[in-house]
Amino acid sequence: MIEIKNLHKSYEMGATSLHVLKGINFSVKDGELVAIMGSSGSGKSTLLNILGMLDTSDAGTYDLDNIRIANMDETKAANYRNRFLGFVFQSFNLINYKDALENVSLPLYYQGLPRKDRHKIGLEYLDKVGLKEWADHLPSELSGGEKQRVAIARAMVAKPKVLLADEPTGALDSTTSREVMALIQRINNEGKTILVVTHEHDIANMCKRIVHLKDGIIVEDKKIKQDIIKDV
Amino acid sequence: MFNLERWIEIYQSIRKNKLRAVLSGFTVSLGILLFIILFGLGEGLKNSYKDLFLHGANNVIFAYPGRTTKPFGGFKSNRRIEFDNSDIEEISRQFESKIEYINPRIDFGEIISYKLESYSFSISAVAPSHQYIENHVLMKGRYLNEKDIKEKSKIAVIGRLVARDIFKQEDPIGKFINIGSRAFKVVGVFQDSGGDVEESKIFMPYTTRQQILMGTDKIGNIALTFNPEIGASGAVKLSDDIKKFLKEKKSIDPTDPSGLFIRNVADEFERSMQFAGVLQIIVTFVGIGTLIAGIIGISNIMVFIVKERTKELGIRKALGASPSEIIKMIITESIFITSVSGIFGMVGGILLLNSVDTGLHEYFITRPGVNIGLAITATIVLIIFGVVAGYIPAKRAAQIKPIVALRDE
Repeated sequence: MIEIKNLHKSYEMGATSLHVLKGINFSVKDGELVAIMGSSGSGKSTLLNILGMLDTSDAGTYDLDNIRIANMDETKAANYRNRFLGFVFQSFNLINYKDALENVSLPLYYQGLPRKDRHKIGLEYLDKVGLKEWADHLPSELSGGEKQRVAIARAMVAKPKVLLADEPTGALDSTTSREVMALIQRINNEGKTILVVTHEHDIANMCKRIVHLKDGIIVEDKKIKQDIIKDV
Repeated sequence: MFNLERWIEIYQSIRKNKLRAVLSGFTVSLGILLFIILFGLGEGLKNSYKDLFLHGANNVIFAYPGRTTKPFGGFKSNRRIEFDNSDIEEISRQFESKIEYINPRIDFGEIISYKLESYSFSISAVAPSHQYIENHVLMKGRYLNEKDIKEKSKIAVIGRLVARDIFKQEDPIGKFINIGSRAFKVVGVFQDSGGDVEESKIFMPYTTRQQILMGTDKIGNIALTFNPEIGASGAVKLSDDIKKFLKEKKSIDPTDPSGLFIRNVADEFERSMQFAGVLQIIVTFVGIGTLIAGIIGISNIMVFIVKERTKELGIRKALGASPSEIIKMIITESIFITSVSGIFGMVGGILLLNSVDTGLHEYFITRPGVNIGLAITATIVLIIFGVVAGYIPAKRAAQIKPIVALRDE
């Protein structure tokens, strides 16, 4: 599903340049649930952003579902993000003046679907995350866990190939974190490939594989016995 | 350009961000409103000038007799000059091709009475051509005619206000009023766009007046209208020629400044209109300044709006919005807000101008109003600039990498 080779990324910081990713080689197969771990500054978020086509790499190759992601103009990249990738952010990134249903349906708007169809599909996905009743609530009327579940529904609504989650539980308490991770496990069990960036070990242990980043290189990549959440 | 889905999306964005929409709309409305009001008031000022100087025909030349200040041709100085009937005949003959109408006039004062009441109105003895020189419009009856002049009839034509004051509800036509000790039959009532003073006058045949004054052939002054084809410079030359002709005829020193006076209304009108034109230019500048202020205002607000929405735009990009989609969204929203509020300001300005219609008359502003074409043009200009003002920050926002936009707080 994901194949990256010798990926480099530097940030220009005035006169000096910060080398964040120093040759990453990494692949993810269909249906995997991968945790990308590392302390802050290890480059894990940068890696996820490049995988999510929100940022570009300096060198190396990236193939997503056998399609080479390189030198794309913003229009094409937007189209790929829309059809292939779903995002979940630490700060939810819901549009605050749109209600839950409208937020969930937004990716479908950019696919040119009529409003009626968008809302029908959006409502299906809200139902999947257990928030059908909250469809007409604004993000400000939802709790953190509910917001993240809306964000997950939004990430899933366009049936992406890969779901990318950047610290999805970073802003949540432990109980809510478990709820969100349970949802992620469930989606993974339905066959979706998911990458989760986290710095928390217990969250990483809920995945099936852990990739450990340190100072821009992969120091460890191991399959683990998944900590399956049952009690929610 | 028309995409229902996008309009729904924009409608939502405006509805949920009312303050932002109202703020930007307000700038545009205010810009157009002020522009139209300023322009309308300028127009009103110009109208006042026009009314002031343009109640009669504007191609009129007046000749008034004066008193000489220099001895000439055997006459002593301080001689009183008088015009007479032969002057009229000779001027008509001499300048026939250049003159439309010529009218002798004798102004005098007499007590006017009807039944037991007496009144005071200004009275003049004139010829039929007076009607055309003063642009009198008949409301009832007839004006003076050549037969009246020839027969020295004792008839009078009265102004609308004279008729109202003397006759109240009665029909004045055929009634007799006393002017001095003589009875005159009212044959006509006229109106004049020049206002109350012009409509408070009484006119009779000049020959009748001359007969009352023991058969004199003297006349007070001469008014004539020139053929408009001779143009402004032709008119100036004509008034100079008439002056020269009369000075020669009356044996007045050509350099004497006060033997007789010539007034060329066209020339005066031109000058006062130039002044009004300068006022209009000043008002136009202020108006354009207001418009520019409006444009700067909307530009600032668009920059602010796009800045404020950077994160939202980042989210939209992460979810698959292409740069052109982002630009179209911002521009369409900008067009919508500027159009609605521009039209709002335009209609408001026009209504406001109409509502003050006569209320500002004492401030020398008459019939303030603005050309609809101009109002629409100004509105369209502001809308276009609103679009340009929206496009620049929108383009910049569309080019920001989604990850940078998402980091914006």
